[in-house]
Amino acid sequence: MKKNFKMKKVVVLLAMTLMTALISGSSYANEDKVFKMSTTTSTQSSGLLDVLLPVFEKDTGIKVKVFAKGTGAAIRDGRDGNVDAIFVHAKSREDQFVSNGYGTKRYAIMHNDFVIIGPAKDPAGIKGMSNAAKALEQIAKAGSMFVSRGDDSGTHTKEQALWAATDLNLKEVKKDLIKKGKQYNISFKAPEGKWYMSIGQGMGKATIFSEEKQAYLLTDRGTFIKYKFGRDQGLDLEVLCEGDNALSNPYGFIPISPKKFPHVKYDLAKTFVQWLISQKGQTTINNYRLLEKQLFYPDAIK
Amino acid sequence: MEFFIDSFKSAILLALSLDPELFGIVWVSTKVSFTSTLLASLFGLPLGFLVAFKEFYGKWLLITCLNTLLALPTVVIGLFVYTFISRRGIFGPLDLLYTQKAIVIGQFILILPVVATLTIAAISRIDERYKMTAMTLGGNGIQTAWAVFKEARFAVIAAVIAAFGRVIAEVGISMILGGNAKGFTRTMTTAMALEYDKGEFVLAVALGIILMCISFLVNLLFNFFQGRSGTK
Repeated sequence: MKKNFKMKKVVVLLAMTLMTALISGSSYANEDKVFKMSTTTSTQSSGLLDVLLPVFEKDTGIKVKVFAKGTGAAIRDGRDGNVDAIFVHAKSREDQFVSNGYGTKRYAIMHNDFVIIGPAKDPAGIKGMSNAAKALEQIAKAGSMFVSRGDDSGTHTKEQALWAATDLNLKEVKKDLIKKGKQYNISFKAPEGKWYMSIGQGMGKATIFSEEKQAYLLTDRGTFIKYKFGRDQGLDLEVLCEGDNALSNPYGFIPISPKKFPHVKYDLAKTFVQWLISQKGQTTINNYRLLEKQLFYPDAIK
Repeated sequence: MEFFIDSFKSAILLALSLDPELFGIVWVSTKVSFTSTLLASLFGLPLGFLVAFKEFYGKWLLITCLNTLLALPTVVIGLFVYTFISRRGIFGPLDLLYTQKAIVIGQFILILPVVATLTIAAISRIDERYKMTAMTLGGNGIQTAWAVFKEARFAVIAAVIAAFGRVIAEVGISMILGGNAKGFTRTMTTAMALEYDKGEFVLAVALGIILMCISFLVNLLFNFFQGRSGTK
């Protein structure tokens, strides 16, 4: 009986040592050459960062810790000083972010475009249309199911702007909240109807949702190509509306202001963005291909 | 600290605003959780009773397996059910994916082991003499089970409460099988996850506070069945 008790003690001690080792071992070995960046999911899921970052690391020895989330959440990370830079795609909000003093400057890095995809049968008859707002209007009038990101992301921001450009009556949803003791509200504008599905999820999940329900969706071209041609199961959905200027999708990089948050690693973020807009960085972006298709077009050099 | 005060005030504001969207979310959450808890209890309680009552070969193995299922991640259940009901799955034509029914199916699988194992534990704790007495008094199987249930009801209902708590708080299954469609399958937890993704932390925590209030109300109800004193 006593021996048994001793055994238990040994086991507990072993378990505790193991846990301490695990916790202490998990910190980064070289903390000062690493900076944190929150970015939109498309830069990561398209595979672009997997190509850019290793080249950058080879050139400078700097590592980038990437947190891929929606543009809204990435901007939130920046506002809270949780990261050293953000790499997102919602130009109006980026400009506001900089003018509010959270970031030093918005650097135009690259762009690609949005497309409206939908079922091959195209019940709303938008195939070949180049005016995105008109296409959305037609989907609404036909009452065909449309899936919205509804997550405050860059794509969602774009979608709301497109709906606002239609002649439809939009419903505004307001929520009152308290921040720093003061009341403020957040609002969304969206069309009304059972056909409009706001799912509040990332681009990949929204794509799968639309595929399952054979619904229309506004998506960036990169994610669409990846899901349509990059997977065994593919997609039945097709690009139905493209080429509108309103569908352009510019990406910007903003280092977080060291004046606002003295702890941020501004120098590392600055080094990265200068590399991104250099001939080498821009060429790497220009040469990036996913399944033999160009996804991003550099904006810093012509 | 300020963050939590903000969240708390926002929760009150939200609840007072009688926002139909919020009520919709709360309604979907409670309806789905109640349904799955009810179904899991309907199957889990008798299963627990049977396993606890009967002596059979491999009983300990079955109990160990049920205990292991307690650790089943919600995402795994979600994906498992997904493969069956997706458009290309066997049950694809039923168009179950991204409906409340789909969430109920997933949650049922999640909490069936919870109800079963906790029932087994509750019944096994009851003195063998209760069973014997009930039987010698001429009770048949069901009457004996009823007598034991009455004795163990506090712990058995605790099993149901634990199961309800697990489903109303889970997010993986609701997200994968429900799809978080606003007005259709958005539950309190998927709404919270969404607000977190959007960076609206205050709203996320405010929703969490409302969830706890609902949970409290539901537990008051359970408490009534358990017997208020909690001892007998």
